[in-house]
Amino acid sequence: MTSHLALTLAQSGSQWIDFNVGLLAERFWANTVDGLAYGSIYALVALGYTLVYGVLRLINFAHSEVFVVGAFGAYFTFVGLGYKPGPTLASGLGPLIANLVLAGAVAMIAAGLIALLLERVAYRPLRRRNAPRLVFLITAIGASFAIQQGFYLWRGANPEPAIRLVRPEAVFDIAGTRITNIQIVVFVASVVLLIVADRFVGQTRLGRGIRAVAQDPDTAALMGVNKERVIMLTFVIGGALAGAAALFYVMMIPQGVLYNGGFLLGIKAFTAAVLGGIGNLRGALLGGLLLGVVENYGQTLFGGEWRDVVAFVLLIGILMVRPTGILGESLGRARV
Amino acid sequence: MALLELHSVSVAYGRIQALRDISLTVEEGEIVTLIGANGAGKTTTMKAISGLVPLSQGSIEFDGADISKVRADLRVVRGICQAPEGRGVFPGMTVRENLEMGCYTRRDRKAIAEDFDRVFELFPRLKERATQAGGTLSGGEQQMVAIGRALMARPRLLLLDEPSMGLAPQFIQQIFNIITEINKQGTTVLLVEQNAQQALSRAHRGYVLETGSVTRASTGKDLLADPAVKEAYLGVA
Repeated sequence: MTSHLALTLAQSGSQWIDFNVGLLAERFWANTVDGLAYGSIYALVALGYTLVYGVLRLINFAHSEVFVVGAFGAYFTFVGLGYKPGPTLASGLGPLIANLVLAGAVAMIAAGLIALLLERVAYRPLRRRNAPRLVFLITAIGASFAIQQGFYLWRGANPEPAIRLVRPEAVFDIAGTRITNIQIVVFVASVVLLIVADRFVGQTRLGRGIRAVAQDPDTAALMGVNKERVIMLTFVIGGALAGAAALFYVMMIPQGVLYNGGFLLGIKAFTAAVLGGIGNLRGALLGGLLLGVVENYGQTLFGGEWRDVVAFVLLIGILMVRPTGILGESLGRARV
Repeated sequence: MALLELHSVSVAYGRIQALRDISLTVEEGEIVTLIGANGAGKTTTMKAISGLVPLSQGSIEFDGADISKVRADLRVVRGICQAPEGRGVFPGMTVRENLEMGCYTRRDRKAIAEDFDRVFELFPRLKERATQAGGTLSGGEQQMVAIGRALMARPRLLLLDEPSMGLAPQFIQQIFNIITEINKQGTTVLLVEQNAQQALSRAHRGYVLETGSVTRASTGKDLLADPAVKEAYLGVA
């Protein structure tokens, strides 16, 4: 009876778009696992949006280019280590891990530095002049284009030739679903970084400084918090997390290193941040994972061209019910 | 040499002159109060001392050094801490985290632990509420957090801006008792108040602010007895 119902649904649906319930049922776990891996990348990038928003009430639209800087940083580290495009060479596990960690460190440092530079060159002078909020937003969009076009002039319009350090291999099966080594590494490493970031903001002295500036900048200054230093810190943390996300992205999509490779991902990560509640760290995690998983289901259900549609419909749907996102706006803890 | 000296301080917000040529001193160990009507410049004076607003003229000396150009956060390190108007409790932090913000610039763990004990002794209520979010506290409790938090900086000069504002009468009495107690324990206090009766009876000296200028300065007792002050601020004809 139920299988018959599913069939009718699929048939009646197919007159308009392919509505493939059977395929989703078949690929459900594969989609979930893959979605969690992508979603954790969204979450890492989303954290950068959310941290900066929390402290400055600014959507840093150039954050997607911070991510791109990280991606190029990781890529050029691969090149510098002697990796070539083409088939993945077999190598020992030890050196491979060392090389990935090195690439990750380079990506995080490069992205962290560019984020810091952005804040010093683009945003800080505006703060000093008490510029209206709209000016910040336009500056962010301008900085985003400037960095993007810089990469275009330098590297051209084509993606860098794909370098694969790790060949995706199924590590184990769950109910017929293959889970690859890359998926596991990306998901676990991302979640570890997210937990570290959450702990840092929630439980350390500097983290309290960040939350204080986010909740009440004047009183924070009265307590001895150096606001400028806190702002720099949030840009560096957000940038470094985007850099880590960029390494994971390059591992999963080796052909994705190009000048505008951060555009769609940046929008998705921003969506994830808003979905979870902008300014809310755990919201960014939740929003990222949810977005990653749901857009995968949508892709299977409706077809690949609907992937982004599903992502943004999810955003609109949630904002209609909860305008401040799933967990609400706040930095670290619910604002009352 | 006084602990705090304001020399002909003026502050302007754009074209609006908020403070005009204000001079005042606070000696070590005193409670000094600033009274005045709404908009007289009391809060602006506090902000100027804490470094939240720049001076357009004049200078501020603390402990013999000119701090007019010192950043707000570094004035805390020098020993000035303020419980601001409206309390400024961080709503998303617990009571304990709020108090920890008070010792943000300090590293002396042992002394910090002592100060936690001291604050919890002054405000037993805060100990009960230590894990509660600041935003969920009552007005009186928030005021306790604001004062306790400022004490956690172990300031040489404690600035209190309208600590009795919006509080129930039994709380007002309690807050003023605690201010007197804090002063007796050795902290110099500069107190801004609308409750002139209480403030003047507790303070060693007082200043009356009117539209951005100091119009009277004397001991608390004398100001309480001053007919003009009585009429304007004490509600006695």
